Amino acid sequence: MSTQHIDVAAGCLPTHQLLNVDGKRIPDEELDHHLKDLKEADLADFLRDMVVLRRMDNEATALQRQGQLGLWAPLLGQEAAQIGSVRATNDDDFIFPSYREHGVAWARGVQAEDLLSVWRGAQASGWDPNEVNIACQQIVIGSQALHAAGYGMGIKFDGGEQVSVAYFGDGATSQGDVNEAMVFAASYQAPVLFFCQNNQWAISEPVALQSRTHIADRAHGFGLKTWRVDGNDILAVYAATKAALAHARHGLGPTFIEAVTYRMGSHTTADDPTRYRKSEQLEEWKAKDPIDRLVKYLHEMGADVQSYEQRAQNAADEMAAKLRTAITTMEDPKVEELFTNVYAEPHEPTERAAKNYLDYLAEFEGGE
Amino acid sequence: MATTMLKALNKSLHDALSEDDKVILLGEDIGTLGGVFRVTDGLKAEFGEHRVVDTPLAESGIVGTAIGLAYRGYRPVVEIQFDGFTYPAFDQLVSQLAKLHYRSRGRVKLPVTVRIPYGGGIGSPEHHSESPEAYFAHTAGLRVFAPSSVEDAYAMLRQAITCDDPVIFFEPKRRYHEKSDAELGEVPPDASPKAKVIRSGTDVTVVGYGPTTYTLIDAAMAAEDEGTSLEVIDLRSLDPLDFDTVAQSVQRTGKLVVVHEASRTSGLGAEICAEITERCFDYLEHAPLRVTGFDVPYPPSRLESHHLPDLDRVMHAVDTVMRHHEASKGAAQ
Repeated sequence: MSTQHIDVAAGCLPTHQLLNVDGKRIPDEELDHHLKDLKEADLADFLRDMVVLRRMDNEATALQRQGQLGLWAPLLGQEAAQIGSVRATNDDDFIFPSYREHGVAWARGVQAEDLLSVWRGAQASGWDPNEVNIACQQIVIGSQALHAAGYGMGIKFDGGEQVSVAYFGDGATSQGDVNEAMVFAASYQAPVLFFCQNNQWAISEPVALQSRTHIADRAHGFGLKTWRVDGNDILAVYAATKAALAHARHGLGPTFIEAVTYRMGSHTTADDPTRYRKSEQLEEWKAKDPIDRLVKYLHEMGADVQSYEQRAQNAADEMAAKLRTAITTMEDPKVEELFTNVYAEPHEPTERAAKNYLDYLAEFEGGE
Repeated sequence: MATTMLKALNKSLHDALSEDDKVILLGEDIGTLGGVFRVTDGLKAEFGEHRVVDTPLAESGIVGTAIGLAYRGYRPVVEIQFDGFTYPAFDQLVSQLAKLHYRSRGRVKLPVTVRIPYGGGIGSPEHHSESPEAYFAHTAGLRVFAPSSVEDAYAMLRQAITCDDPVIFFEPKRRYHEKSDAELGEVPPDASPKAKVIRSGTDVTVVGYGPTTYTLIDAAMAAEDEGTSLEVIDLRSLDPLDFDTVAQSVQRTGKLVVVHEASRTSGLGAEICAEITERCFDYLEHAPLRVTGFDVPYPPSRLESHHLPDLDRVMHAVDTVMRHHEASKGAAQ
């Protein structure tokens, strides 16, 4: 039996949608009040963020094709899930991302060229975790969920006001670490939000191979307050994230959000989705595009959409020009960095190896 | 008054908890029970459930949440209940704990100590007697300590907790009840302990760590009766390895025997023999020898006396390097 045809059992939890695909506002008794502080200007900012991100994705893919990056993992289609959630956090809520959360890092002020420097292989991480309150990107699937749980335990133990947020995908929900993280967070009633972007695909494996029930229903079973939302609906994502963060800040413990979205691009630039999924599915999801939906809603509101779109376009152009120049002129790290920061304290064998190698290289300097 | 290694470790944790309120203990059964070996006995009662934390039964979870606590500014000390239960945490240890300082370009410090009661000789079932130190010594970013004496158990654990790098701390569980009259309290300022010559000698350098150092002292006394003088070195730190101390000794003795419970192939003995051969080639009078556990899964306990390096096997290696020495002396005469 092909895994493509596995049926997923109908979920126990409702899927919140506050904007339908036509951009019409759908009342939601549970979540609506979390939108009360959201102004039209905020929605315009969301639009700008998402447009810039989509452009960053296109630029990064092009830079990879031109040999400027080693690899890129597109977030195409997941803009609302990332921007809607991160824009709901406070700046001191600490985030533990996977490798695809470009939008989360961008929204916290990380520059596109710093983000891409990691994918170029020029740096091991693109930001200072202490500056932006985002842990280093995680490539091992799901490992960061435990770091988020531990951070949340720390908040609980020292009486902090923050919330710890773990980002991961549908594939990660099969990992032991994600399940252990939910156990730990629940045991200590730690202020942790597990934010799962169910983008339907773990490289070539459909979500039905990871879970025969809705992912949200599994989280519910760990004793986590859980919401399932339309992940391409930025209002639903924002409102559910606000709800989850408020829950944690009230000392009510960990929460889980399944944001149902779609990876419209490849897993990475090394992937070929035509080998495992049908184009009809992509077309179906294109109709649910998160950016189009917000634009339609702004029209519904009677906003000056054209000026917002123009502003977003300008921001994207500016980002792209700066990014392109920075990446194509980016210098390789110095050889000394190979040995730097392996340890925080003196470590004689590493220092000896560094000295020996640099002395060896020096032998060639000024030679023929 | 004599104290045991268990009590010394308990005091070390107690003093670390007292001196730094960011020190936090995590592990299975370490709170109310005081640990299956009682290393953490009484600490929860004194410091509370938020400093001495009983965890769910998930080793990856214990190490992974310790990393998250380190991000938050804590200095976690975690207990893995038995050596053979370390492996579920392998990703968190070698891909996360070891590499995060490098990945973050020095911005995130991981002052996490992972205590692991290790080694055999206590008649336990499978997974309770292993010596997995080579995995961690092989992994850049981790320090690996293995104390053998009561006073080192105290001082080196304090050193591990104070160090801003992650330390895998191997406790020789079959020596937990060793006693000493030594004063506890002095903590060296260095990031890692140096190797220590625990018995001076002139004929053969014998190197060990953790539980085997006791066997080496026995061997030195037995050899002395036969007129052979062994210099016994306790490595104490397995990463970084203090090759200088070993090399200085081998340059005098010309002979090296390395002893550990862990399997032979690609074990620490191989690394030590290779490095010392590179450094001391012209001084060596015999090829360095290894006395180790065999390349087998840790056996049922009724067979472990064959697996563990004992006095006879160490003496056999000493005799081998000495016989060759005597023979070549005879030939020269």
